[in-house]
Amino acid sequence: MTDSTLDAEPSRLNRLARQIAAMLFSLFITFIGLLAVTFIIARVVPIDPVTSILGERATSAQIEAARLKLGLDKPLIEQFGIYVNDALHGDLGTSIRTKQPVVQEIKRYFPATLELATLATIIGVLIGIPAGVLAATKPGSIMDQLVRLIGLMGYSMPVFWLGLMGLLLFYGKLGWVGGPGRLDANYDMMAQFQVTAWTGMILIDTALAGRWDMFANAISHIILPASLLGYLSMAYISRMTRSFMMNELGQEYITTARVKGMPEGRVIWVHALKNVMVPLITVIALSYAFLLEGAVLTETIFAWPGLGRYITDALLVADMPAVLGGTVVVGAVYIFINMFSDLLYRLADPRAR
Amino acid sequence: MTMASSSWSTWLREPNPASRLQSRLVQAWLSWLRFRRNPLAMIGLAISVALVLMSIFAPLLAPYDPIAQALGNRLLPPGTPGHWMGTDDFGRDIWSRILFGSRITLYIVLLVILTAPVVGLIIGTVAGYFGGWIDQVLMRITDIFLAFPKLILALALVAVLGPGMVNAVLAIALTSWPPYARVARAETLTVRNSDYIAAVKLQGAGAMRVILGHVMPMCLPSVIIRVTLDMAGVILTAAGLGFLGLGVQPPMPEWGLMISAGRKFLFEQWWVATMPGLAIFIVSLGFNLLGDGLRDVLDPRSSGR
Repeated sequence: MTDSTLDAEPSRLNRLARQIAAMLFSLFITFIGLLAVTFIIARVVPIDPVTSILGERATSAQIEAARLKLGLDKPLIEQFGIYVNDALHGDLGTSIRTKQPVVQEIKRYFPATLELATLATIIGVLIGIPAGVLAATKPGSIMDQLVRLIGLMGYSMPVFWLGLMGLLLFYGKLGWVGGPGRLDANYDMMAQFQVTAWTGMILIDTALAGRWDMFANAISHIILPASLLGYLSMAYISRMTRSFMMNELGQEYITTARVKGMPEGRVIWVHALKNVMVPLITVIALSYAFLLEGAVLTETIFAWPGLGRYITDALLVADMPAVLGGTVVVGAVYIFINMFSDLLYRLADPRAR
Repeated sequence: MTMASSSWSTWLREPNPASRLQSRLVQAWLSWLRFRRNPLAMIGLAISVALVLMSIFAPLLAPYDPIAQALGNRLLPPGTPGHWMGTDDFGRDIWSRILFGSRITLYIVLLVILTAPVVGLIIGTVAGYFGGWIDQVLMRITDIFLAFPKLILALALVAVLGPGMVNAVLAIALTSWPPYARVARAETLTVRNSDYIAAVKLQGAGAMRVILGHVMPMCLPSVIIRVTLDMAGVILTAAGLGFLGLGVQPPMPEWGLMISAGRKFLFEQWWVATMPGLAIFIVSLGFNLLGDGLRDVLDPRSSGR
């Protein structure tokens, strides 16, 4: 946008700025609420944080010292204040299991989840939107019924079971894909020394290093979990696309375009789809957030070193700082994605401003 | 016999009902006729009814004890005489375990749908009816819970409460009430200022009576639709918790737990993990089809979606 248009529409930009400010405020309040919930969970936990750090045989003097150090002698509200302050400064406590700062560990694990969820969303969008459009153009047809049934099946599938079945068929029986993990074992060793972890995402890092053999191996490993998660996201996206598209095709401008003699393909894939994309942004963002969650169970199956696996591994040894730290991070990402999609929606649709 | 049934069906089609009961039954009958036209929804209904029958008659239907071990019959493949779904690593008949597992599944679903919607209904109607700061506070709390990814919050709660069926139910219920509160609040806002509410108030009814007797019933249809659509989600979450070892504990035949037990020998004895997963898939598909069909009938506004 040039300066002259900025001057021409000061009130509109002003309003947008005010809306963004209101949104940021609401984001902040929700984040504090999120911290309040995890704080309450952490305080009702029957595991004593002091004993879990020091072990059963600590002397009472050691226990007292640790309590002071952790700030457990202060009033609850003050403890909460410290917790919020630490969290806002990027400190989510120390993992009991590894004695490492939780934030450091999450930074290492998060890119793997992000990579998986992103690829899955791309697959879901590329298949889900055309499928939904085709279903909407011929409601009640075989194609429509098929899309509906495949979608409902996606909603009904336990994701961890789907993962096991995928491994059984495509890895165990057919041998088409790599097994669990991000790389074969020999590549995994090599990767640690020969590939710089610029982003932590294996596909990008191996491509940047020019190791295309490793890149191909990584693809063979990621393709199965990403396709399965992509199927779940496709189920949701195709369903919503169909319903938005049905709505759009009933509008008058569509009739006008048809009456003018515009080819049907152009009416649907250019005119209608352009308007459907606006509400679809929200749907895609929601499915992305939902995949971050679905990744918890999928990562366990595929030995994927992501955030979901980090949380479940920590759960099994009752490492509460790690569990709650992971919960806060996923929750924060979730809130952020929702707000971001809301903002995109407002930018894309002039009526929502 | 035919006489009686035809007089019943004319009574059920009567356009000018004589009593309140008749008018309601006519409505229900018409909805049923519309529902019956949808084959997918009828399949969903059949699956749901089958699940209920399975769980009631499990002791009669199951050929073996679901828990007693028979180590001589370890890991028999499907199709073995007497064990058409095969046996698991303790020699237990998988079909018998699935039959008894349906009781656990149904029990969890019932507990969740008896608690979460009620909590949501109370919070939503109170917030919508009183408005003002009560509304602000309650809806803020609802938004915060909605902001959490459900499964992760349930995981954190079970981690704190300790594994087990009751705690799993509690965790699922605590994470699934917010959407109900949203729905109930929206419905409450639309009826709050209507004349009949004003009439009840003028007769001297207190807030409690208005909410319980005159607002909540108006919210019920939308809540019921959500419940049927949510049941599959509850089953999947419960199975997920069981799979991670955080829900129902062994040796109980919970389906998610059975999958996790079969994971160890997935590539050699594929049936141990496959069969219970099929059960989960069929049952949740049934609930989803049922909910989808019910919505088309009860909520014509969103039909075709």
